[in-house]
Amino acid sequence: MVISKKPVRIILATFAGLLSSIAFANPVVDTTHVATAVTHEAHATTEVAHNEASHGDEHATQDPKDKVTAYIEHHLQDSHDFVFFSDEKEGKHYGFSLPVILLDNGLKVFSSSKLHHGEAVAEVDGNFYKLYHGKIYKTDAAGTINYDEHHHPTNVKPLDFSITKNVVSMLFTSILLFLMFTGLARSYKKGAIPTGFGRVLEPLIIFIRDEIAIPNIGEKKYRKYMGYLLTVFFFIWLLNLLGMTPLGINVTGNIAVTVCLALFTYFITQFSANKEYWGHIFWMPGVPVPMKIILMPIEILGTLTKPFALLIRLFANITAGHVVIMSLIAMIFVGKNIYADMPISLGLTLFISVIEILVAFLQAFIFTMLSSLFIGMAVQDHHHDEHGHEEENVII
Amino acid sequence: MGSLNLIGAGLVVIGAGLGLGKIGGSAMDAIARQPEAAGKIQTAMIIIAALLEGLAFAALILGK
Repeated sequence: MVISKKPVRIILATFAGLLSSIAFANPVVDTTHVATAVTHEAHATTEVAHNEASHGDEHATQDPKDKVTAYIEHHLQDSHDFVFFSDEKEGKHYGFSLPVILLDNGLKVFSSSKLHHGEAVAEVDGNFYKLYHGKIYKTDAAGTINYDEHHHPTNVKPLDFSITKNVVSMLFTSILLFLMFTGLARSYKKGAIPTGFGRVLEPLIIFIRDEIAIPNIGEKKYRKYMGYLLTVFFFIWLLNLLGMTPLGINVTGNIAVTVCLALFTYFITQFSANKEYWGHIFWMPGVPVPMKIILMPIEILGTLTKPFALLIRLFANITAGHVVIMSLIAMIFVGKNIYADMPISLGLTLFISVIEILVAFLQAFIFTMLSSLFIGMAVQDHHHDEHGHEEENVII
Repeated sequence: MGSLNLIGAGLVVIGAGLGLGKIGGSAMDAIARQPEAAGKIQTAMIIIAALLEGLAFAALILGK
């Protein structure tokens, strides 16, 4: 029995295959997903400790357009609990809570269910914390939040190391990647041809090597960077696809995550750079001395704009995709006639979702491609200077 | 978003659209002339399109 030997990988393969086709996207309000949340505990938020004067009535009846905007903004942000959907009438949120870890005169660890989605004050060791617009603030027992003239809270914000929704998603993806690729590596011990899900992964790895790493970095030096390129490619791709599921995850559309990914590329590029790369930055060969002085700050800035473009591209693409999909679904709720709007909305959503699946791959590909391009520029030997210049100028 | 911002966003999109159209058109031409180099042309096309897109997105986000 071949199958019985690899149940884990079969499940993973099915999961990865179905990731993108489970549903269209992150529906605004969708009752069909009740089934996915059966196993999760429900939070009945009985108390609505609202600070009406300062907080504004978010849960009062609103214009559907404002509600949709608020929902989309909320989705794009990270959150301290994993909510699949909420029952607005009863004030219930279906999902599970995640650990909150605060560094505030010592480590404070508690469950995010204590925060009650920002509706109640959490008391931990005599300190009071309140969730306000996705950030945790230190408050008094009543949960008062003070504001400055721009309506920004002035309360103390403790250092937040919580396992948030995004962190959970990233950990999940990392475990998935680890299982998939150790499985593939193990299958090579038995023979040259991988078995099971490895047959899907092998062509992708070969693709990264032959189409991305070797042409950009070069036959001699590519091996050292394959680990990073493969990791970053599959990490971004899986997270992009995870964002297309109705789980409501938006990791690669979070600028902190993309900043980190771009920083990896930046540091790998800078630390693997050779003498000629630095020579081209600080003292451009082959141009008059005044030009060398002018070019130096431009080139230094150029090293920073490259990863900046990298992080903005990934962040903006994924964010835009999520916003478009959710706005299209929201058409059902904003429009007057549900029977006329529903088919249009669903059709457009399906169309955009299919494009987004392509974008999910494309952005992972582009990120890996440009990373390898930058690394390649840093490690390649400039045999003829003119040629090297042209290449560097093309990539802004 | 003010109305001026919206006009700016529209201009960015027009510019990006023109750029993408030019890239796509040229790539089509090139592939029609040399179908055997289609793979390389596509890769180059995607890179340039991504660079352009990054610029357009940067403008949209900074202008927001």
